[in-house]
Amino acid sequence: MPVWPIHFRRHGDDFRGLTTIGPVLSVGRVIEVCELSKRYGPTVAVDGLSFTVRPGQVTGFLGPNGAGKSTTMRMILDLDRPSGGQVLIDGVRYRDLSEPLRHVGSLLEAKAVHGGRSAYHHLLWLAQTNGIPGARVRKVLDLVGLEGVARRRAGGFSLGMTQRLGLAAALLGDPPVLLLDEPLNGLDPEGIQWLRNLLRDLAREGRTVLLSSHLMSEMALSAEHLVVIARGRLLADTTVSDFIEANSSSYVRVVTPEPERMRDVLTAAGIRLTDGPDGSLHAYGAGAVRIGELASADDLTVHEVSTQSASLEEAFMSLTGDVLDYRTEGGQR
Amino acid sequence: MSATAGRAVVAEWTKIRSVRSTAWTLLLALVLSVGLGYALGRTFRDISGLSREQQEAFDPLYPTFYSLMLGQLALVAFAVLVVSSEYTSGTIRASLAAVPWRGRFYGAKVLAGTLVAAAAALVTVTATFYAAQAGLGPRAVSLGGDRVVFAAVGACFYLTLICVIAMGVAAMLRSSALSLAILLPLLFLGSQGLGNVPKVKTVTQYLPDQAGMVLMHLTGPADDPRFGPEYGQWGAVGILVLWTAAALVGGYLVLRRRDA
Repeated sequence: MPVWPIHFRRHGDDFRGLTTIGPVLSVGRVIEVCELSKRYGPTVAVDGLSFTVRPGQVTGFLGPNGAGKSTTMRMILDLDRPSGGQVLIDGVRYRDLSEPLRHVGSLLEAKAVHGGRSAYHHLLWLAQTNGIPGARVRKVLDLVGLEGVARRRAGGFSLGMTQRLGLAAALLGDPPVLLLDEPLNGLDPEGIQWLRNLLRDLAREGRTVLLSSHLMSEMALSAEHLVVIARGRLLADTTVSDFIEANSSSYVRVVTPEPERMRDVLTAAGIRLTDGPDGSLHAYGAGAVRIGELASADDLTVHEVSTQSASLEEAFMSLTGDVLDYRTEGGQR
Repeated sequence: MSATAGRAVVAEWTKIRSVRSTAWTLLLALVLSVGLGYALGRTFRDISGLSREQQEAFDPLYPTFYSLMLGQLALVAFAVLVVSSEYTSGTIRASLAAVPWRGRFYGAKVLAGTLVAAAAALVTVTATFYAAQAGLGPRAVSLGGDRVVFAAVGACFYLTLICVIAMGVAAMLRSSALSLAILLPLLFLGSQGLGNVPKVKTVTQYLPDQAGMVLMHLTGPADDPRFGPEYGQWGAVGILVLWTAAALVGGYLVLRRRDA
């Protein structure tokens, strides 16, 4: 067995001396999902999905509940057998990785722990399967802040503590690839902040981090890249900022006591308008400066001219809206 | 055994020893077998109330190992939990992510469970033997001679294999409740005499617990067609091995095929 260099690293308080047990990889691993499909009888859960997750950034895996995120993650880990297609991690199927926990760390559902077993023993047997030294178990327990309850039965843990134990298990093999399914569920705001920073640090080291969520707002703060799916199909594979830009139509909100005159002026200038719910006008295709200038040129009284940009949540809704509508009409699932 | 497979066995041993149900079920098996064994021995210490014919046919091995038919239920519960707790707790996904080769995972789990079951069987059978002999007093037999030793070894063999069968069944059914609901009545009804009902017997005599009773001399006078099954001790060994192989293969096929 080779002796790897041990690195003691400190990334502020959030990264309490996580030691690596393998070489620090300057280049992380790539996850390639190729034409992946999963059918359960007549129901299609994942439908010809292809995307690539790259190292060095946190990739958000986003989709409404039931979109196929968890199924995809289980297929990446060879837990579920695809109906078609395959997943390669650096060109290799998961089951062909020797010591897989040293390559891929995963957190699927949080409650995947025997309630009668202590946190320490849960991590110990995991470590033993992949030849990970026992000292590492203590290290990850420290890292996730469970060192004080290591000997307590996991059945008595809160959801947040169980999530932390799941994270400890994912980090056990110091893997270059992390797959986390809804890891922020059950964490308190402090815990969410801590995990975001931790994942960002791990990505910055060159690791590949795939993080799923059904909440767009989480992704805006946690991820740099986005893979969006709905009904098992890929909707977008882009950066977070490009995603917002492409899917949100920002507009200028105009409030005036003379809406009819304002409408004439702006329409004459080629600006498209819609009526806001509160009697305001929403102007598209022109900035606030130009609208202000047009109004002042015609001596129009203006109470408000403000740029409104759609939130990530709105962008997400507008993108998945069609798909969700279709689902409701189709009466499937 | 490769290093990877060895690690998987060590991990399964850690799983087994780190839950309380292991100690409870194994202790219960010991207490039930030893306690009932002693009580049965006491009952048969004085057989003057029996007819002359019954006295002549009396076999001290009958009260010696009969209590194991009760104790085995706790051992079976242990074996079922070794496998089914993976499914009831959801640990199976972590297990298969850590050991993606399902044959290796299954083999390691069954091997670790079998080693523990064999050790528990050895302790339980030995303790039960001496407790029953203490109860029998003057009618006690010593742990010597082919017949007694064969019965004791047969008891350990039977208890170990019934645990392996239970692990295979649990792997097929993936549920503690369902596995126990099938295994416990089967083992209990069998030992309560279904095997002696004439028409039913032609089928039930091939159930694993009936083979176990042949091995442990619990089926009445040897060669008496009114009681025991139609096969001898080596036949019983064969029947147990076949049941075990069937359960193991069934469990493996389900584990290999199903999504985790």
